[in-house]
Amino acid sequence: MLKILKYSIYDLLRSRWSYVYFFFYLILGFVLFFLNNNLDKAITTIMNIIVILTPLIGTIFGVMYYYNSKEFTELLLAQPIKRSTIFMGQYLGISLSLTLSLVLGLGIPFALYGLFRSAAIFDFSLLLLVGFFLNFIFVALAFNIAITVDNKIKGFGYAILMWLFFAVIYDGIFMITQNIYNEYPIDKFSLAATMINPIDLSRILIMLKLNLSALLGYTGAIFKQFFGSNLGFFISMAVLILWIVLPVLRMRVKLKKKDF
Amino acid sequence: MRYLLGLFLLFSFQLQAKTITVCSTCKVKTVAAGVALAADGDTVLVKAGLYKETNIEITKAIKIIGEGFPVLDAEGKKANIFHSENTAGFTISGFKFINVGMSYTKEIAAVFTYRCDDFTISNNKVDMCFYAFMMQRANSSQLINNKIHGKAVKETTSGNGIHLWKCDDMNIIGNVVDGMRDGIYLEHVTCSLITNNISKNNVRYGLHFMFSDNNDYYDNEFMRSGAGVAVMFSKHITMRNNLFHLNWGTASYGLLLKEIYDGFIYDNIFDQNTIGINIDGCNRINYNNNKFIKNGWALKFTGGCYTNIFNTNDFMSNAFDLSYNSHLNDNEFKYNYWSEYTGYDLDRDGIGDVPFRPVKLFSYVVNKTPESLILLSSLFVTIINFSEKVSPVFTPDNLKDATPMMKPVVSIIKPSNKDLTQ
Repeated sequence: MLKILKYSIYDLLRSRWSYVYFFFYLILGFVLFFLNNNLDKAITTIMNIIVILTPLIGTIFGVMYYYNSKEFTELLLAQPIKRSTIFMGQYLGISLSLTLSLVLGLGIPFALYGLFRSAAIFDFSLLLLVGFFLNFIFVALAFNIAITVDNKIKGFGYAILMWLFFAVIYDGIFMITQNIYNEYPIDKFSLAATMINPIDLSRILIMLKLNLSALLGYTGAIFKQFFGSNLGFFISMAVLILWIVLPVLRMRVKLKKKDF
Repeated sequence: MRYLLGLFLLFSFQLQAKTITVCSTCKVKTVAAGVALAADGDTVLVKAGLYKETNIEITKAIKIIGEGFPVLDAEGKKANIFHSENTAGFTISGFKFINVGMSYTKEIAAVFTYRCDDFTISNNKVDMCFYAFMMQRANSSQLINNKIHGKAVKETTSGNGIHLWKCDDMNIIGNVVDGMRDGIYLEHVTCSLITNNISKNNVRYGLHFMFSDNNDYYDNEFMRSGAGVAVMFSKHITMRNNLFHLNWGTASYGLLLKEIYDGFIYDNIFDQNTIGINIDGCNRINYNNNKFIKNGWALKFTGGCYTNIFNTNDFMSNAFDLSYNSHLNDNEFKYNYWSEYTGYDLDRDGIGDVPFRPVKLFSYVVNKTPESLILLSSLFVTIINFSEKVSPVFTPDNLKDATPMMKPVVSIIKPSNKDLTQ
């Protein structure tokens, strides 16, 4: 598996997209930190980018990589290697290279800015942790779609739809539901609905740390209580891990039966 | 001539104020005895020590001075320590008052005055008292440099730091009030000055006006209270150069305005409050040169507000700059700086060429369903805000700043005694 992981990372590096991604974050980081002297604002912008863009790029990369390397994969399948090994290797390869681009791309400007000596280092590590989770989750989901749907165009369509659902549509439905039932106590519902969507969950986790939490003053006592406690944090992490484990498991089950 | 000189000498001898010293080893051992002995113009000098006394009546224009902060202990009794009615011109200075008992039925204070004028209460410390200073029907008096500390938990079981009722021409200067119900409470108080005070950690409000017209407060600091300042049912109030910060909680306001007419609010800083200014039914108020930094809501309108003018204010990094609950707008916004403004300035005159609309659609949604705040800064919210910005449907069309500034306009130099990090 390690060998395949290595090959897929090399492959991605050769394709230059990892570099593009890396330089994108690098430039973004520099622009934010050196043209803008407001650290809070910079971190807020980075949060928005991580929460929205990381899933999108993970999704597109995942789907694209699967379809593009299909022939090579089929060649590998002809060898005496376990299927799960091949696909897990590829999956980890993409996820890791994306995470690496993110961590280095944002880490270098942060380091140069002298952040490691400041107190914001914890907020920053949380940002990166969330970015890491989102990469792994959305690449796994993208792989699931790609494995299930053989048609490239359809696969892309579904993948984008999936991202759109988690990033936008889900929140729309969420807000409308809240509006309809606003005469009922809906804070527990809101909490649960936030926990289920990995993008929402990541956003809230970062926002609570950023003191951007005007919401906590107003209605969100329950949110602060929950996410602010260690238990809440661990449950959130568990949910994020579950979001990786479940798609990966489905991927393995699906692969066993798949006819190439 | 000789007679005249003798008469003059006689008078000057009689006018010579005497000083009565009170201490545990002196001839006069209690403050009450010292006060009783003194005549108009005399000084009662109280040496350091513990005096377990209450109900000390002041009936003459005397100076009661503590040396080295003698402690006046009410031992939890439901009684005032100093009490005065219909007296003018006395001074209470340099004492430490402790342990005035809490009562559900009576307002008990360390110093209680009724119909007194021209008195001065200065440089005292008050610790764990129900009310610290209670002034009823007082005129032209000073409350200066007192330090009041309490540990109020609930509104019902705690009293106010400085409580003024039906007063005129009062000066409240340089006091520090910490952990009371209301830091400073003014009801039917007119033409008074409140300046250089620090009011913090109060259960309800840092400074509370009720029916108090024509007052002026400036250079004060209000922090970590239920609301920094609540101004209710008052006219012609000037609020300037104050710092409202860290009033952060489930219902915390920097400044709470209720039914205020014809006021001036300028040169203030609102920093990290849940709601910077909550404006409820206020008309004809000028808001100039204020700075709103990192508040949940910078301005929140509830109820009808008309003909208010907001010019040259800075709105920086607030979650919501403005929340507005009506379709009608009669308020004017001009030359403000909005950190969220994304327009351009082609003619380089420092004024943006496209108007800024401070009300976001999302703030409407939040008004209706507070729980939806959890979606703050999500992509969906950004999209609906953007669509509302492009073509306003829910927000009043004329609620906009047609001349937004490209750069911050306010430069307030903070007074040195105000420590933001505290």
